[in-house]
Amino acid sequence: MLYREAGQFKSSYAADQQLFPIRQDRIGVILLLVVAFVVVPMVAGDYWFSAILIPFLIFALAALGLNLLTGYAGQLSLGSAAFMAVGAYAAYNFQLRIDGLPMVLSFALAGLTAAGVGILFGLPSLWIKGFYLAVATLAAQFFIVWCLTKFPWFSNHSSSGVISTQKITFFGYVVASPREKYLLVLTLVTVLALAAKNLVRSSTGRAWMAVRDMDVAAEVIGIRLMPTKLLAFAVSSFYCGVAGALYAFCYLGSVEPDGFSLDMSFRILFMIIIGGMGSILGSFLGAAFILLLPIFLDITLPALAGLLGLPFSNATVSHIQILVFGALIMFFLIVEPHGLARLWQIAKEKLRLWPFPH
Amino acid sequence: MRFFLEVLISGLLSGVMYSLVALGFVLIYKASGVFNFAQGAMVYLAALSVVGCMEKGVPLWLAIILAFIIMTLFGIATEKFVLRKLVNQPPITLFMATIGLAFFIEGLAPMVFGSDPRALDIGIVDEPIEAILNSWGMVISKFDLVAAAIAALLVTTLALFFQYTRIGRALRAVADDHQAALSIGIPLQHIWAIVWGVAGFVALVAGMLWGARNGVQFALTFTALKALPVLIIGGFTSVPGAIVGGLIIGASEKLAEIYLPPLMESAFGGNFGGIEGWFPYVLALGFLLIRPEGLFGEKHIDRV
Repeated sequence: MLYREAGQFKSSYAADQQLFPIRQDRIGVILLLVVAFVVVPMVAGDYWFSAILIPFLIFALAALGLNLLTGYAGQLSLGSAAFMAVGAYAAYNFQLRIDGLPMVLSFALAGLTAAGVGILFGLPSLWIKGFYLAVATLAAQFFIVWCLTKFPWFSNHSSSGVISTQKITFFGYVVASPREKYLLVLTLVTVLALAAKNLVRSSTGRAWMAVRDMDVAAEVIGIRLMPTKLLAFAVSSFYCGVAGALYAFCYLGSVEPDGFSLDMSFRILFMIIIGGMGSILGSFLGAAFILLLPIFLDITLPALAGLLGLPFSNATVSHIQILVFGALIMFFLIVEPHGLARLWQIAKEKLRLWPFPH
Repeated sequence: MRFFLEVLISGLLSGVMYSLVALGFVLIYKASGVFNFAQGAMVYLAALSVVGCMEKGVPLWLAIILAFIIMTLFGIATEKFVLRKLVNQPPITLFMATIGLAFFIEGLAPMVFGSDPRALDIGIVDEPIEAILNSWGMVISKFDLVAAAIAALLVTTLALFFQYTRIGRALRAVADDHQAALSIGIPLQHIWAIVWGVAGFVALVAGMLWGARNGVQFALTFTALKALPVLIIGGFTSVPGAIVGGLIIGASEKLAEIYLPPLMESAFGGNFGGIEGWFPYVLALGFLLIRPEGLFGEKHIDRV
């Protein structure tokens, strides 16, 4: 009843090809943005900004990057955290070494640097695929982190490669409070997410999906594999790089290379599995799920233990957390291999018919 | 030269330990096409259950049998509750399910048996062999040699098992073509349960050797990461490939660790230790350039 596109006629090509062709979707997205930009900054406290909302947006951006590569172009990568590290260290170095470089520009340059590194490590995808490629991207993961630790130039000769990020300034205005940082991150994530949404329905996105579904067939119908795959690596690494720069500048403030571990790459991978491969919305849902689950378990497990009268130590709680995490991933893969985004899609189909059965 | 040989031999011997872990991957990949990322976690689980049983006062031989039973039950449960439900899913989904499985084990095992690092004594001492030390002046660990012998024994047993037993033939048939195997009446699910059991056994051997050497601790799960480049070099489907790949990785890694950092230090200055973290992967990448399907892997032909 509420979600039905009947009667919405498109009378121009522009109207037909807009990003959200259904009116209810448009209203929904605008409402969501209003809530995120206006309502949330008014009601949320500092804890919410710095512990939940900012990391959620940053990881959603990284997951979005990986989703473009794995979900759309079909190239499995286990090195996304390393590309985030490249972004973080590049942004730091651009700020450090070029005087008066605008912050946004250095974020963009950080993304481009990560894209360059991504192309380099994407080269093996031209002759290998599947699990072999996944292992090849592990080389990126270990090699990049090692480089950032061992070459002191990257961290400006600080001990063990730790960098403390510079102040974020916008035309003389200092972004310091969690609320301002949240707004900055939100703006960048919104712009990049809309860009991604647009990109995946363009000819580039369609070429990626063709390569994902079967690269030999894609080649036969005239898609050139090399530029397509490398572009996927570049765009994906760009997103991860920007996410990494935001992670360092807006979330932690001081990072070390070892913080961008394989574990983090896996978490980003889980976000897109649970959220939904090949879905922009799924990246956000997955990031929310993976970030909120540990917090949720932290709160509920001790309470549950108290209720049952079991003596739970902190170590046990952390073990149960890992166990539940693993079990949930298997559960999700079995029950809904297409992720949370697919559940949303099913809900939308149901909504179209509601309240009628057919 | 003597030093070079010593490094080479100790590298080869430690490569055998990598092969042991890689072997578990190959077995499962061959039989079911699943890239089992949880193999490292299984190594950890196996070693922990041996240690855990021994702490309860069980003698070593019984602890090994108990651990073997645990691993087999675990393998069967995995097949029944996870893999069977994921039949016909793309391989990437199965791979991710095994990552989930790895997390599950990494939470479960220390919860049951305790998480503090412990020593595992299987009665072999880690000391140089005196005869070689006296006559050649080389330090070759007795433990490494025994480990290599056990690995050789294991591979031979597996090879014979695959070649000459009824189950082994069925396993090879399943590995070759699932559907053809099904159509001639081979029970696929039994076969998969057996493969997971055998992989559990390999994990048990690997876990005991690694555990006796480095202590039973969480770091055992990282053995999986060591085994991945071995798989790339040897090919995902080849048992001898896992052995040869392990030897190549082990030897080159040790040699690189000794000889590369001084070169890099003289070129760039600074400290360049710890290259063994990425060197095997870069080496594997180099191999991929020349042979994308690994040394012994089957050539993959794509059809539209």
